[in-house]
Amino acid sequence: MSELLRRYGLSLTIFFIVMVAFWLLILVILPYIYLFEASFRLYLPVDQMGGPQDVYTIKNYASFFVTPIHRWVFMVTILYSSVVTVICFVIAYPLAYYLAKVASNKLVPTLFLIIMVPLWVSEILRSFSWFIILSLKGPLNYALVGLGIIDEPIRWISGFQSVIIGLVYTYVLFMMFPVYNAIQSLDSNQIEAAQDLGSPWWRTHWRVILPHAKPGIASGSVMVFMLAAGSILVPSLLGSTTSRWFTEIIQQWMFESQDWNTGSAYAFLLLLLCTGFVSVVMRLFRVTLSDIAR
Amino acid sequence: MGGAAFNNSRFPSVYPWVGWTDRWFIDLFSDGRMWNAFKNTILVALAVVVISVPIGTSAAILINSLQGRLRTVLYGLMVAPILTPGAVIGISTLLFWNRLSVPSGLHLSTLGQCSYISAFVMLLVLARLQSFDRGLEEAALDLGATYGQVLRRILLPHLYPAIGAGAAIAFFQSIENFNTTLFTRGPYDTLTVYVFSRVRSGITPTINALALIMISVTLLAAIAYEVHRRRRERMLAGLVSGDPEAD
Repeated sequence: MSELLRRYGLSLTIFFIVMVAFWLLILVILPYIYLFEASFRLYLPVDQMGGPQDVYTIKNYASFFVTPIHRWVFMVTILYSSVVTVICFVIAYPLAYYLAKVASNKLVPTLFLIIMVPLWVSEILRSFSWFIILSLKGPLNYALVGLGIIDEPIRWISGFQSVIIGLVYTYVLFMMFPVYNAIQSLDSNQIEAAQDLGSPWWRTHWRVILPHAKPGIASGSVMVFMLAAGSILVPSLLGSTTSRWFTEIIQQWMFESQDWNTGSAYAFLLLLLCTGFVSVVMRLFRVTLSDIAR
Repeated sequence: MGGAAFNNSRFPSVYPWVGWTDRWFIDLFSDGRMWNAFKNTILVALAVVVISVPIGTSAAILINSLQGRLRTVLYGLMVAPILTPGAVIGISTLLFWNRLSVPSGLHLSTLGQCSYISAFVMLLVLARLQSFDRGLEEAALDLGATYGQVLRRILLPHLYPAIGAGAAIAFFQSIENFNTTLFTRGPYDTLTVYVFSRVRSGITPTINALALIMISVTLLAAIAYEVHRRRRERMLAGLVSGDPEAD
């Protein structure tokens, strides 16, 4: 604090502190506290608010645990978000390695641009495009039938496969960039040294490159998992009746039942899930928060 | 992957082909709701830039001159919104302001988006601050500059690239945002919400027309960026080699 005062004087220091306090208190901490508090209240008509029935209760959370379908959807969301995270890693790692260590310096910016363009196209249009590609009469089936690979159009949009495809496509770049950054900071001499000492390519990756890319992988996994589990657009556009996502249930509470209290309880569960995932990854990869957020 | 962006625009009526028509574009341009949503999106995005850039910059300067435990805690708090699902941010913002009897609407969407977009700005500016030579600040102060002058003439000019990048990211993140906006928007539309509701209520090629326009704009921006980058690279190369002919 004293350093701040010395460098910027009193009025600027106060300005900085006020800005940060506004952000962290009004925009971040207080809303979370209210979310937490509201999740323990009952959903009541306006005239009964503050009345004798307005008490704290765990009924909202209980409704999650006694409704098997909600529990199931929650587990399925965790499962498939993890699957998406793993697939993203499997796709992103070779790509990131290629961009960081194999591709020539002249080529990299152009390749980056080609990879970036889909990221700039907004998420909703990307999901929409997959909706069209995967639809029963869409280009994919048309091409596959035309090439004689399949005889009949496949109904892609059923179950979770289309949701997974959509999520992977939408979020794979959030895995690629951190992994790329991590691999790029590895000294190429280390890779060559491993090769000179007779290490096969897979062991070079396993013992040299992967350990170095660890913070990048952790950061990418956290982002992809959080975005996938919290995604609304992709599951509701590419999902079918048999594939429900946890966010869709939250949405149902908020908009269809207008029960904001139960909705906030469910939202809080989602928040817990993501926080839990972050801490597990941090423990597992032995990285700190400042490694993850870069 | 870039190809997929082109692919979609040709559908849903590529096959069977029934002939050219500009009907969908005309439909789109006469759709008042779309224009309204477009206007709202731009307004929210501008408001987000105006709020989150000063916040993010202040936060970066603040955290840069802190050490130890306080820094870790503050840093964790600042980064947390990035790692929070947008739906949770949206709902918590809605509940908090609702308790203060502020009705939902685009102002809440703006605040909700700022809560995590400020963090992006903060990270960008903080990275740039690492390369700042503090000696310059001290020298200016020793030579009798006021604190305001030091900030305006020395620190901010050094940070401008990062602040500019932060503003651009804030703008596009805001346009992109769906999850937070969905819960806080009240009765108002933004472009993403508009497209979403149109897609859900049965697809018409108007959406394809809109998608085509949006993708074209994106591609044009990408190409413009690439051309600009190449030109600058050539300019830099020319400077380094001392060749005045190089542009």
